[in-house]
Amino acid sequence: MLFRSKQKAVAEAMAANLSMAAVEGRSPWADARERFLRNKAAVVSLILLSLVVLACVFGPMLLPHSYEDTDWDAMAMAPTWHNLHLFGTDDLGRDLLVRTLIGGRISLMVGLMATIASVTIGIVWGATAGFLGGKVDTVMMRIVDMMYAVPYLLIAILMVTLLGREFYLVVLTITVFSWMDMARVVRGQTLSVKSKEFVEAARAIGVSTGSIIFRHVVPNLLGIVVIYTTVTVPGVILTESVLSFLGLGVQEPMTSWGVLIEDGTGVMETTPWMLLFPAAMLSLTLYCANYIGDGMRDALDPKDR
Amino acid sequence: MSDKKLILSVRDVKVHFKVKGGNDWPWTPKKTLKAVDGVSFDLYEGETLGVVGESGCGKSTLARSILNLIPATAGEIVWMGKDLRQGSEKDWLAVRRDIQMIFQDPLASLNPRMTIAQIIGEPLRVHRPELSSEEVMKRVRAMMVKVGLREQMINRYPHEFSGGQCQRIGIARALILEPKLIICDEPVSALDVSIQAQIINLLKELQREMGLALIFIAHDLAVVKHISDRILVMYLGREMELAEKHALYDKPSHPYTRALLSAIPIPDPKLERNKVIQILQGDLPSPINPPSGCVFRTRCPLAEAQCAGERPELRRLSADTQSSCLLA
Amino acid sequence: MSLLQVNNLGVQFQTPDGLVSAVNGVSFDLQAGQTLGIVGESGSGKSQSVLAMMGLLAKNGKASGEALYNGQNLLTMSPRQLNAIRGDRVSMIFQDPMTSLNPYLTVERQMTEVLELHKGMTRREAKKRAISLLEAVRIPEAARRVDMYPHEFSGGMRQRVMIAMALLCEPEILIADEPTTALDVTVQAQILSLLKDLQRDFGTAIVMITHDLGVVAGLCEKVMVMYGGRVMEYGSANDIFYQPSHPYTIGLLGALPRLDHDGSELVSIPGNPPNMANMPKGCPFSERCTHVSELCISTLPPLAASAANPAVLRACHKAPQELKPSVEVVAHV
Repeated sequence: MLFRSKQKAVAEAMAANLSMAAVEGRSPWADARERFLRNKAAVVSLILLSLVVLACVFGPMLLPHSYEDTDWDAMAMAPTWHNLHLFGTDDLGRDLLVRTLIGGRISLMVGLMATIASVTIGIVWGATAGFLGGKVDTVMMRIVDMMYAVPYLLIAILMVTLLGREFYLVVLTITVFSWMDMARVVRGQTLSVKSKEFVEAARAIGVSTGSIIFRHVVPNLLGIVVIYTTVTVPGVILTESVLSFLGLGVQEPMTSWGVLIEDGTGVMETTPWMLLFPAAMLSLTLYCANYIGDGMRDALDPKDR
Repeated sequence: MSDKKLILSVRDVKVHFKVKGGNDWPWTPKKTLKAVDGVSFDLYEGETLGVVGESGCGKSTLARSILNLIPATAGEIVWMGKDLRQGSEKDWLAVRRDIQMIFQDPLASLNPRMTIAQIIGEPLRVHRPELSSEEVMKRVRAMMVKVGLREQMINRYPHEFSGGQCQRIGIARALILEPKLIICDEPVSALDVSIQAQIINLLKELQREMGLALIFIAHDLAVVKHISDRILVMYLGREMELAEKHALYDKPSHPYTRALLSAIPIPDPKLERNKVIQILQGDLPSPINPPSGCVFRTRCPLAEAQCAGERPELRRLSADTQSSCLLA
Repeated sequence: MSLLQVNNLGVQFQTPDGLVSAVNGVSFDLQAGQTLGIVGESGSGKSQSVLAMMGLLAKNGKASGEALYNGQNLLTMSPRQLNAIRGDRVSMIFQDPMTSLNPYLTVERQMTEVLELHKGMTRREAKKRAISLLEAVRIPEAARRVDMYPHEFSGGMRQRVMIAMALLCEPEILIADEPTTALDVTVQAQILSLLKDLQRDFGTAIVMITHDLGVVAGLCEKVMVMYGGRVMEYGSANDIFYQPSHPYTIGLLGALPRLDHDGSELVSIPGNPPNMANMPKGCPFSERCTHVSELCISTLPPLAASAANPAVLRACHKAPQELKPSVEVVAHV
């Protein structure tokens, strides 16, 4: 008995020593944030991307030019301090800096909206299939397979020729063809979370199905949703440029990076800056978004490295 | 045992799954996997029943069928005089207050996105919604102290704990409703030896204090020896032997029990080197196509022609031993 | 000369939280045909020590000290030299056989490849040898099964295939890293008896890494008990099991559920396993030790011959007789 009481005393002494330790727990999100902040490439990308976004949103307001007015003094002019055409002007004398930033607004807007829409559809679709399982799951996932088989450019061309070149149409077209990845990923994750022991534990306790979904399954899907969202953004922006490049994007004089690049390619021998600047902005944005996506994945899913 | 109150009676429970072979056509008839194939036992108040068997013997499936996590396909599960298999959703909710479960993988059984307070408090949230959140916190703290966790940890997340601590959290969650029965599914097999002993002792202590009944599942007869009153040995979904602890260890009646006992290494060089190990030949047969008659006969050193005939049921050999071996 | 002599082996890992020492000052030697058991719980560094010797540490790991195989230091060898020894003179088996079997190749191809490479055999000779080894590890119908893929074998059978592969080149040393942990007890008994027979027939020296003292008792002549990356006690199996002289060994033996004792109470070791990134300054076991003193917390005890029995090395500030009282209590509880 002596031994046991001594053992207890030691344990108590140990507990007393430790009780000074921090009381607040660190949630998995806090851990992820720290891991993300340790990733230098991702942090630099985040800062650069923020600058691009800020420039696109506020730049046009601060600059003395509008995206559609011609400066008769400066037609197809190389970058210059004259009249503050820092990126030069196009062959109609419109300031390229402002046009690039305005184009950025459209590209980023399309990227953001199409991503939100496709991610939402993907989550709902994938989670429903994963939760319900069985025949519903089979049918829903076959529909996803069929969507993959549709030649999206063809449909996009058809839609635009029938309905006209509208901003919302571009968003719609991109959304319709980019939600399937998310649906598949979310379904897979739902199936895996559903079979985890803690979900079984919740069922054993008697937690209702609704509570299991919202308290136990959904919070454990968020990580992968965030990762895939950050990966979807650059893909969607790129798709928008491709559509614009093929002449299926927004209508002149409104513009986007894809439209500007298409304009620039035609005249790249005489006025190369018209291609260079929009292309550089697009590349920078895509690079940054991809690095942020990588950083997110490493931060939220450290085991996968 | 007769003076104690019978709380759970399991009668001829079967859990069969329909499975499909990998190369089957959609119209090929499905095969039946007999995970649990006719198991019966009684459990009395405050008693510990050890359930032992190797992987694939159906012990975990049996445990889950009691809680309807995997529904039984036949048989009766009578809890406090009521057949649960006929029960409604509402009956089940009431039962889930009284029967709790502890899982094998301590970390995986805790939701990584919830704090310890939320995890331990969840059963109260479900079954006692009338309690104020202060009252819930009070009870969670008291329970943490009881299972040997420091109260300061209450807002932490599962990944910040070691395996043994996570298992204590699992135990706290199981105990907070003051259940009558806890089903422990290999609660220590994922833990280090020094931590195993802590958890086994904790469970015994709590059992004494709260008058709990335990169903303690393990793959190893040494672990259950220290906690069980009676032990059920399973093989391929069937019962081999059901006996009082001392009877089982002193004079095991079933050849499979003897093989299991001899296979456990003893941490004593002289004993271990000189003991005769009864090595089982061959592999576990498939539960899709189990042997006829006694399922153990294909690996049994004593098997005779009669073992392939009628399927043996448990029969009483003495006051404290029931065995399904025809030759016992 | 010893077959394998390990001196002051250390393993460090570079992690985001700084440099973590997983193994410190491990020394032992292994004679031809001898069996050494390395026992410890998770995080004790038992696996990392042998992985370091085999040059199999993770990318961020670094080994220090020396591991002399026939006088050559394994730790400073080029990958080429090491490859010539690994799989030929020294081979290793793991807890999960699937990690070392290629799922896309038949067992026959995997076994013959090794023989063609190390022994320069023809495919036909190699296949014959492969079959004879599969028979040696008691795989029924070896001639037919040799053409099967790893997933077509059961868990215990796969482990036997892996042992057969490890023995292909008749190695002098077989390192077994928890080879039976994932297996059922009856299968474990099959594998252990197989290892004993093979050692008798082939005279291979075995290093057995396990957390299970029972496994060690039946198989090993020498036992090394590790905790928190350090050796706690090292001696013959009889000394370790019958006269344990380190509080951790004593605690471990008391905590073990066993069939041969009728005591219903297990004596647990209080506290939790140590955190590798934050080891105590003194003895790694001091946080959980019932005999802890100021000295234990402040100063690391050296691994030295026991005063009571010079054949045993122990790392503890207390004299063995000071630990005695509680040993008796352990026996009675």
